[in-house]
Amino acid sequence: MNAFPASDYIIAALFLLFVSTTIAGAVLAVFTRRIIRSVCGLALASIGLAGLYYFLHSPFLALMEILIYIGAVCVTIVFAVMLAEPDEPDAGPSTGQSRAWFAAALVVSVAVFWSIVRLGVTGNWTTPAVRVNDGSIEAIGVALLTTYSMAFEAISLVLLVAILGALAIARTGRHHE
Amino acid sequence: MKLLLELHNNPTVYLVIAAAVLALGVYGLIRRRTLIGMLIAGELIFSAAMLNIMALNRFYAPDPTVGQIFVLFIMGLAAAEVAIALSIVIAVYRNYSSIKSSNLSELSG
Repeated sequence: MNAFPASDYIIAALFLLFVSTTIAGAVLAVFTRRIIRSVCGLALASIGLAGLYYFLHSPFLALMEILIYIGAVCVTIVFAVMLAEPDEPDAGPSTGQSRAWFAAALVVSVAVFWSIVRLGVTGNWTTPAVRVNDGSIEAIGVALLTTYSMAFEAISLVLLVAILGALAIARTGRHHE
Repeated sequence: MKLLLELHNNPTVYLVIAAAVLALGVYGLIRRRTLIGMLIAGELIFSAAMLNIMALNRFYAPDPTVGQIFVLFIMGLAAAEVAIALSIVIAVYRNYSSIKSSNLSELSG
């Protein structure tokens, strides 16, 4: 028996809060017309996902999710929103083509959802008999510096090239104005 | 009640959430008509993949560090992708004064 019986209920409530934050953020990101609200939806979904990572025994990735997704990705998109005028155009009259696109999007997304849920529920996953380590931050650091050191260096190179490429692409055309 | 209290130790819950986020991302990728909207939908798809990997890593992987490092690399690639995509968006806006994907039809036959 737990020394503090209410803690189970608090944990369950927090879990449901993070789940609903994730889903609500994703819905907001997809269905609003103003792009700035869509970015806020992405940030909300990232907060929920960070909480879910915490429940999945990975506080390191929870912090990284907030740092990278909210701190870098969302802020960069907000800067692009300031430089362009990205609101969705008005839907216009409901033509046959737009209804066909709506139906196609609905069918594809429902099919993706249904097939993956079915695979997850009916898949015969086997629990491993033994864990080789505890998945702590210390174990992650050791693995990053031994097994995955090459991939770690490669991704730093990818980020460097991406930054240089972004500079080169965004610079061209400036002198035409 | 017992089921509700054990919900966070059930891998199916995480897989269903990841599938829902993936489906929303795919829907947004098809329906959005601006480049930034499509980019945000793509980020949702990345997030769904990361949640799926983390759920399987937590419950079914013998080495729990592998999934975390893989997700960390996905985050790095997502950040690089956003930087490149947004610089393309800025370049497109400068040339076309619009980022609606229907206006970018110079290469269509």
